[in-house]
Amino acid sequence: MPSMPRRNRTIRVDYLKRVEGEAALHIRLRDGEVAELRLEIFEPPRLFESFLRGRAATEAPDLTARICGICPVAYQMSSVHALERLFGVTADPSVRALRRLYYCGEWIESHALHIHMLAAPDFLGCDSVITLAGKDPKAVERGLRIRKAGNAIVSRLGGRSIHPVGACVGGFTRVPKRHELVDLREQLLHVRDDAAECIRWVSGFDLPAVSRDIEFVSLRHPDEYPMNEGRIVSSKGIDAAQQDFENLFEEHQVPWSTALHARVKGRGAYFVGPLARVNLNFDRLGPDVASAAHDTGIPWPNSNPWTSIVARALEILYAVEEALRIIDLYEAPAAPAVSFAPRAGSACAITEAPRGSLYHAYETDANGLIVSARIVPPTSQNQARIEADLRELVPSILQQTQAEATRACEVAIRNYDPCISCSTHFLRLKIEGQ
Amino acid sequence: MKPRAAVFKFASCDGCQLQFLNAQEELLKLAELADFVFFAEARSRALEGPYDIAFVEGSITTPEDARRILDVREESRYLVTIGACATAGGIQALRNWSDIGEYVRAVYPSPEFLSTLSTSTPVSEHVRVDFEVHGCPVDKEQLLAVVRSLLSGARPVLPGHSVCMECKRRGNVCVTVARGEPCLGPVTRTGCGALCPSFHRGCYGCFGPADDQNMQSFTQLLAAQGVTGADAVRRLRAINGYVKPWREAGDALDAETKQNHSR
Repeated sequence: MPSMPRRNRTIRVDYLKRVEGEAALHIRLRDGEVAELRLEIFEPPRLFESFLRGRAATEAPDLTARICGICPVAYQMSSVHALERLFGVTADPSVRALRRLYYCGEWIESHALHIHMLAAPDFLGCDSVITLAGKDPKAVERGLRIRKAGNAIVSRLGGRSIHPVGACVGGFTRVPKRHELVDLREQLLHVRDDAAECIRWVSGFDLPAVSRDIEFVSLRHPDEYPMNEGRIVSSKGIDAAQQDFENLFEEHQVPWSTALHARVKGRGAYFVGPLARVNLNFDRLGPDVASAAHDTGIPWPNSNPWTSIVARALEILYAVEEALRIIDLYEAPAAPAVSFAPRAGSACAITEAPRGSLYHAYETDANGLIVSARIVPPTSQNQARIEADLRELVPSILQQTQAEATRACEVAIRNYDPCISCSTHFLRLKIEGQ
Repeated sequence: MKPRAAVFKFASCDGCQLQFLNAQEELLKLAELADFVFFAEARSRALEGPYDIAFVEGSITTPEDARRILDVREESRYLVTIGACATAGGIQALRNWSDIGEYVRAVYPSPEFLSTLSTSTPVSEHVRVDFEVHGCPVDKEQLLAVVRSLLSGARPVLPGHSVCMECKRRGNVCVTVARGEPCLGPVTRTGCGALCPSFHRGCYGCFGPADDQNMQSFTQLLAAQGVTGADAVRRLRAINGYVKPWREAGDALDAETKQNHSR
């Protein structure tokens, strides 16, 4: 729209591509200033928290997995941890290790999907992974190998990579024998080199150098890189038990989104996900990953959302190494799952989904039926932060064509690997003048 | 010219279309055979119809989606629904037995901002569907078999027998007979590879009703295992609960349970 006055303009991206889910972006400018900016999530509401009421708590891992086809393990893990806390169940240490391995698998496949299939085409001037495969087949093949290894771990423990079936409150319905895991070692050893190469590849992308005032939030564990357990910490001083989540953060509804917006009470937007985890837990990544991180030339911690893709690549390497460590130490538990009696109560749990902290809270009756459920997915926590980033981006896109501006906004949003199915889908960009 | 394929999403978790990306090497081969002109999850350039094959994931839950599916049908030579949401209404069809107003108020403080239908319905209730691929999620091999058939001009065929048959073939120990575990295998369509019994648990019906199933005999089997009343209704009303044979069996059990309660 070359004839349009640039200072008063509406940019609208109607269907945001290469994100999981559906959303649109609406920006209205007046005198070159942002008068209104809305990330519109129009994923149809699926109302999980409503239909979970009256279901057996033991069904929650299978049902909530259906919130997201990309990160079903995360939903299974937050629900089993919350419900084990509620029913007073302590899982066997070997089960605990298997759950960590299960999560490693999902981090690897989800991060590899995002880096190679969704994000990398942006930085290399391609419209899809298929075009990228024509241009840089080696990189795409490497990404596919990494992803395959992640899927292999999840499938080994849960039968399939999407909506796996093995996890349950108390443990797993079936646990692998030692040799079934040892089979995965060779594949993981190959992929360890791929993961190191992937870090070098993404850190060579043309990432804008910005620094923003961001509050990063993630779990932190006394001696592990956080996945299933830990306290809530932030770069602005939060250090609290998981049970304090609802005291620290609040969700509110905005008319333009079917995902609720979250903020730190009394402060505002915050950031969850790989960059938050790396920033807050760098000392837990181990020497190999830390050295790979230093070799990128990027300072850690940092406040540049564009380095998220590198943080994601670092976490792939971490998860591959961690998976190998777990496999080497694995001894099958005495029983696949601990039995328990349902009871009335309430409890919550946070685990680190590939895209960031995932909060589940349940209340049950004496028969173990769910009375209420609350689920706060990472993308809904990042929404306000994404809008804040876009506001800062606007001055640089004012002189651009609609196509260029759309692309710039989509790329900025993709830093967060938003999973909009979780929130409840992604981008229509509309910039509107007065 | 290469056939033009498109993938459309309605209310869903993205898991079924992810199976295209999970096909990995096959996906790249597939891209030589068909041009995926619209695939929001995988590419940023969307091309206009018409399409030779449209894959539809997700159920119809909003007035806008009820209109959009008509457009997709209009633009597509073959329309293939993929997954439990598109073929059965999905897990979100649990709203069909509830008060939608109360459901929305329970999640959103300002329900007036939302536009949603009181039901979640399969695509086939709205438009003619040429082929259905079942599963939550769909099986990658079944999906690829359907794509290959359509690209070679053949009508796709997928098995419609029960999970029980698959279990026997695999030599699984029956979880119902050996451990008394309730299992939907006798009435559920094969496709998953009898996954849950292989993981020592009862099937929970991801692939929906098998072509032939005796629901009356099945609910009697459940009752003999002590699964009655609301518990039995819950097992039938889950991911594929809104499909006719399971819906009718679930509704009959529900009516019976309520009658027993009021006595």
